[in-house]
Amino acid sequence: MQLGKLVKTGLGVACMTGMLGFLADPAQADEGTIKVGILHSLSGTMAISETTLKDAMLMLIDEQNKKGGLLGKKLEAVVVDPASNWPLFAEKARELIQQDKVAAVFGCWTSVSRKSVLPVFEELDSLLFYPVQYEGEESSRNVFYTGAAPNQQAIPAVDYLMQSESVKRWVLAGTDYVYPRTTNKILETYLKLKGVKDEDIMINYTPFGQSDWQSIVAEIKKFGTAGKKTAVVSTINGDANVPFYKELANQGIKAEDIPVVAFSVGEEELAGVDTKPLVGHLAAWNYFMSIDTPENKDFIAKWHAFIKNDKRTTNDPMEAHYIGFNMWVKAVEKAGTTDPDKVIDAIVGVSVPNLSGGYSTMMPNHHITKPVLIGEIQGDGQFETVWQTPGLVVGDEWSDYLPDSKDLISDWRAPLSCGNFNVKTGKCGGKGGT
Amino acid sequence: MYSIDPTLRALRVYIATLAVLFAVLVHSAGAGAAEIAPLINALAQGNFDDREKAIENLAATGDAGVAPVLEALDGGNLYLRKTDGSVWIVRKEGDSLTLVDPRSGAAAGAAGADEIEKIKVNNRLRRAIDAALGSLTLLSGDVATRLNAAQAVFKSRDPTKIAAIEKAIAAEPDAGVKIAMEQARAAALLTSDASDDIKLASITIITARGDREALELLQSLADRSTGPVQTAALAGAHSIASELAAWDAAQNVWYGLSLGSVLLLAAIGLAITFGVMGVINMAHGEMVMIGAYTTFVVQETIRTSYPGLFDYSLLIAVPLAFIVAGAIGVLIERTIIRFLYGRPLETLLATWGLSLVLQQAVRTMFGPTNREVGNPSWMSGAFELGQITITYNRLWILCFTLAVFAILLAMLRYTALGLEMRAVTQNRRMAASMGIATSRVDALTFGLGSGIAGIAGVALSQIDNVSPNLGQSYIIDSFMVVVFGGVGNLWGTLVGAFTLGIANKFLEPVAGAVLGKIAILVLIILFIQKRPRGLFALKGRAVEA
Repeated sequence: MQLGKLVKTGLGVACMTGMLGFLADPAQADEGTIKVGILHSLSGTMAISETTLKDAMLMLIDEQNKKGGLLGKKLEAVVVDPASNWPLFAEKARELIQQDKVAAVFGCWTSVSRKSVLPVFEELDSLLFYPVQYEGEESSRNVFYTGAAPNQQAIPAVDYLMQSESVKRWVLAGTDYVYPRTTNKILETYLKLKGVKDEDIMINYTPFGQSDWQSIVAEIKKFGTAGKKTAVVSTINGDANVPFYKELANQGIKAEDIPVVAFSVGEEELAGVDTKPLVGHLAAWNYFMSIDTPENKDFIAKWHAFIKNDKRTTNDPMEAHYIGFNMWVKAVEKAGTTDPDKVIDAIVGVSVPNLSGGYSTMMPNHHITKPVLIGEIQGDGQFETVWQTPGLVVGDEWSDYLPDSKDLISDWRAPLSCGNFNVKTGKCGGKGGT
Repeated sequence: MYSIDPTLRALRVYIATLAVLFAVLVHSAGAGAAEIAPLINALAQGNFDDREKAIENLAATGDAGVAPVLEALDGGNLYLRKTDGSVWIVRKEGDSLTLVDPRSGAAAGAAGADEIEKIKVNNRLRRAIDAALGSLTLLSGDVATRLNAAQAVFKSRDPTKIAAIEKAIAAEPDAGVKIAMEQARAAALLTSDASDDIKLASITIITARGDREALELLQSLADRSTGPVQTAALAGAHSIASELAAWDAAQNVWYGLSLGSVLLLAAIGLAITFGVMGVINMAHGEMVMIGAYTTFVVQETIRTSYPGLFDYSLLIAVPLAFIVAGAIGVLIERTIIRFLYGRPLETLLATWGLSLVLQQAVRTMFGPTNREVGNPSWMSGAFELGQITITYNRLWILCFTLAVFAILLAMLRYTALGLEMRAVTQNRRMAASMGIATSRVDALTFGLGSGIAGIAGVALSQIDNVSPNLGQSYIIDSFMVVVFGGVGNLWGTLVGAFTLGIANKFLEPVAGAVLGKIAILVLIILFIQKRPRGLFALKGRAVEA
């Protein structure tokens, strides 16, 4: 395996260097442009999700240039391919910042890739906009988290199931890595606080790419026929979802009996599935393609025109990039420069329209405000919003439901300027943050 | 959506009052069309709570004529006309929307997409609709509908349905449906305040049903009753539980066989290229992927040009996948692998690189996202064998795998090509001096192995993602099966695959999926220490070759 990995990295690097030379020829990099780095995997396992985000970023940059660019200069995209290889993410990030001198980077999908580039961004003092829902427990001066923190996705979803479906028994099913494990830890504490007993919680982890779900689905079915209303909270990631949903449908588990609420399944993931047997299963996001607002219609129309395919879907991380990019543009305009330190100071409090008809604001903890939507899967592969939080929810980086982090807050404004301030001891520093 | 203006609120009270009136009226006279209309219109008002009540009110009319309305609501075809608050069934043909009167079914002209609004349903409403439809369709002319209705009533356990279901039992001609209806009645009786004798009789009926729902029903009954009913319920629950434990073991064996068949299918091509020829073929998974993409292309062509053939798409895809993957296999052997015979490390690197090239090529051609490969109707759903759920797709894959295995075995044994293949792999120089064109046989053997991997892709497209990464997830498992079973022995591959499948499925419930997988790997490593040549080691000269 080691050997294979080596070959893969080697080939990846070779491939990438060629591509980079092509996309960002130093000869063309004159003073007249502002460079924006795009750090999404275009090959390997994560290409399935990340390629779309690369295209979305190219579209946003294109749109901005049509509006006249930024600070009187054109924006120029620098695309690199970290090839779903976590150490390569760090190398590519360093390359973007040092060689290409990009003003900001938009990228990463998995938490492990973010953790891999984090020290690079802090060391070289640059900016990363991270567009995917994640497990929280992190706050960096150089990273802006435009996806959902657990309290912007998981907790409202559980609340909805408790209130509307009177769910009393819970299956927490996830892929075995940091995001599901942390989210499930938070949810377990939260459910117990709400009076759910130990025997009414079943936690199940599966390896990446699990494709044989027969016995796990049967077990869920068994767990679900114990008299109390049961729901599955799924943090199953990526490719494992399609076989999971196929097995649910084949074993005849309907949403009316045991609803599954997922945090990693969006329009894009459903594109490979026949959703008719899945109608009624849920997902919690901050955006659905089906949202009926003029902003969203406009965004979808532009996306279809840009990608030249009117069948392509839009999804939540795309909206996160839309928000993040516009926030960065506004902050640069406010600061009058792309200098990272000035932008970091300027961006807190910046408010831009989101696609669900409201505004999202960058908070001092570098997370943003968002509405939380619960949608049910429809026969056409789209979601229909069945519930939504009455107002905007502020992303909470340090969960209140984990013993390690409940006393921590983050505030990157002067004079505090700290990512993990402990309100009990009154000191900056502690677990996790920098 | 949730703020309701005062007039609507007043309307709701009014409707609720009406509903009570109707419920009373229905029993004497049956409600006419004019009286049901406001009940139907109420479906579009208020929040999900109010709509749930509206559904119950509609069901309380007992009028089978409202069933189409509820079905339309369930299917997302019921719309509110914004101008006057009336509710219509909408028929969609292309882009045009036709309003249909929900009571009479008569068309009432077209509507613009802006004038009407879909009435949203959520899971709770769908449940209410199912329960309502259950009591309304108990007397339907269709056996399947009546069976569904009986099951819906069983699930709802609603004592108010007893009268309706007794009427249905009396009229039921089909024995199977009658049993389901009696169980539904028993479930309803057990939640009612019927006498102990009736309950005891119901407990017997429920115990005979013997599934998890019956078990749960009896357990909850035992919790809230006393005396002989409690004793009988406990005894019934106990007997169901012990029976289910035995079924569970049988279910695990089935899951193991099914997982084993997938492993075997993925590994069987590798058993040829690696097992028989000795080529460490890291691009084997990509042949599987190419087979899956061939299925996708076939289905896409059928969808656009010959929609009627969809159920046969897999039958068409199997030979095509064999040809496409086999041809690519021959090409690879002729251009790359034949220069590397006897150099395992270089072969490994070359085929690994090749697998990356093939993956990226497919990614460029078809895009990085999953492509949808549909299940033909005969591969969807499941049936119950006793208390075991057997899904059709898994059953077909098992049969298909065994068929492929048998054909391959027969081919190697009884055809001239098979004889030549065995001759070349056992002693190349001797075979050559006997006049066999060894390089041609090499190419064909590699092509055969690749072609079979392609066929595996057709089957795997039914249960897994069709994405460029499809092959990667099977390559390790395939090598595991071939090495465990014994390199060069097809029977070993068969036994190895099923052993690993069943062992995995018995470990999984105990250790969890992650630890289960690790445990299997550890067991294989230990096993290989003891028997380096796998389960069925080849003996004799072939080993040295």
